[in-house]
Amino acid sequence: MQALTGVSLRAGHGELLAVVGPSGCGKTTLLELVCGLQAADGGTVECAPAALMPQHDLLLPWLSAVDNAALALRIAGDSRAQARGKAAELFAELGLQGFEAAHPHELSGGMRQRVAFLRTLLSGKPVLCLDEPFGALDAITRAEMQGWLGRALEREPRTVVLVTHDVEEAVVLADRVAVLSPRPGRVRAEVEVDLPRPRSRTDSEVIALRERALVALGMGDAGGVREDERG
Amino acid sequence: MRRRAIDATPAIVLVLVLLGAWEIYVDSGATSSSILPAPHAIAESLWGNAGLLGHNLAITAEEVGLGLALALALGFALGVLIHLSPPLRRACYPLTVGSQAVPIAVIAPLLVFLLGFGLLPKLIVIVLICFFPVVVTTVDGLAAVDPDQLKLLRTLDASRLQAFRFAELPAALPAAISGARIAVTVGVIGAYIAESQTATSGAYSGLGREIDADLSSLQTPRAYAAAVVLFAFAIACFYTLSEIERRLAPWANQSRGDIR
Repeated sequence: MQALTGVSLRAGHGELLAVVGPSGCGKTTLLELVCGLQAADGGTVECAPAALMPQHDLLLPWLSAVDNAALALRIAGDSRAQARGKAAELFAELGLQGFEAAHPHELSGGMRQRVAFLRTLLSGKPVLCLDEPFGALDAITRAEMQGWLGRALEREPRTVVLVTHDVEEAVVLADRVAVLSPRPGRVRAEVEVDLPRPRSRTDSEVIALRERALVALGMGDAGGVREDERG
Repeated sequence: MRRRAIDATPAIVLVLVLLGAWEIYVDSGATSSSILPAPHAIAESLWGNAGLLGHNLAITAEEVGLGLALALALGFALGVLIHLSPPLRRACYPLTVGSQAVPIAVIAPLLVFLLGFGLLPKLIVIVLICFFPVVVTTVDGLAAVDPDQLKLLRTLDASRLQAFRFAELPAALPAAISGARIAVTVGVIGAYIAESQTATSGAYSGLGREIDADLSSLQTPRAYAAAVVLFAFAIACFYTLSEIERRLAPWANQSRGDIR
């Protein structure tokens, strides 16, 4: 069963590329290809080392938040104290001070996703693959998290591939939005988002771009013009 | 804590009612106290023979403690190996299951015949009983680890061994304890049966021996007292293991919600 076909995407250094599409269009497969978890049956993946942030935080329940975040460092050989120290710095920098010693079952969903994001950052890899990171959160927390993620990436810039089913989220966060069709996924459109940050979902330009992406998805207003362009 | 005390009250009341009924039945003379002693006679015997019972408890406790520790170590090791190696699973699982099918009442005298009256045959009986549940719960605990967790660790450049150490091992430990908890009360029965096989070793050879010896010499209240001690011991083992399991895995009983 083919998950993706004829997909050609490029993300520049430091760029945030959002990939939106309906369920089952191969978005997760795309990320696994980028991260090296799967090999492509055809075509090539040229990418610097990439770390994955899955939809479910997958924090280890027996480790504290800071130990969870520091996992990649421990794997690389740091002692527990060293790893904790480096992770704790990042906690402070990104506004999570005070939560270092908490265990996952004591944290809210939003907090756990933040810790999971820090874990991804601390892997030291230049590319981050975020698989619907806020999909499991309620709408209010999700909006909060989008703001937090934007600010975090300003302080710790990386090249990011963000997979999401939330078109609004994509337009608010990304530099470019690629719209995939249903399985087998192919790129239907790429929408350039050339707006200053931080963006608000109520900005008229954001709303307009969101509409364009929705149309490309096949979900725009009836009577809207169908666009198929490469940005 | 207050809630727990209230919850226990109906159970305590029931026990007292049953004890009261028992007392009345025996005191009414319906049966000889050599056959069925009254609760007060058992209590007196408990008090009066505290030294002897305590000593025999220590012996039985040592057997169960050592046997359980061995069963945990061996069961855990085998559980891990079975998890990591499918060929080994196919080789060992049928034998492990088979070990449960042999009735202990048959194995125990055979072992005593082979190995004498010392600690070893009793240890083997207890290990045989407790080992299988530990293997099963360990394997299940390891299998329950989310495969996405292992995938994630791969993206963080973890080797298979590291993935095991970080994601699987800490899940396996409380699982093994859970198996021990399930098995321990049956293990105590095993200790009793194994001790009963030791023909004549004097008064100080474990609660099982004590119960048998007292019953055959019609010191029935003391036999019952020893049985009460054995019973209390088994329950204490069960709750101790429960507590250890709870402390090893404090997250296990929490229900997680994404909306807090």
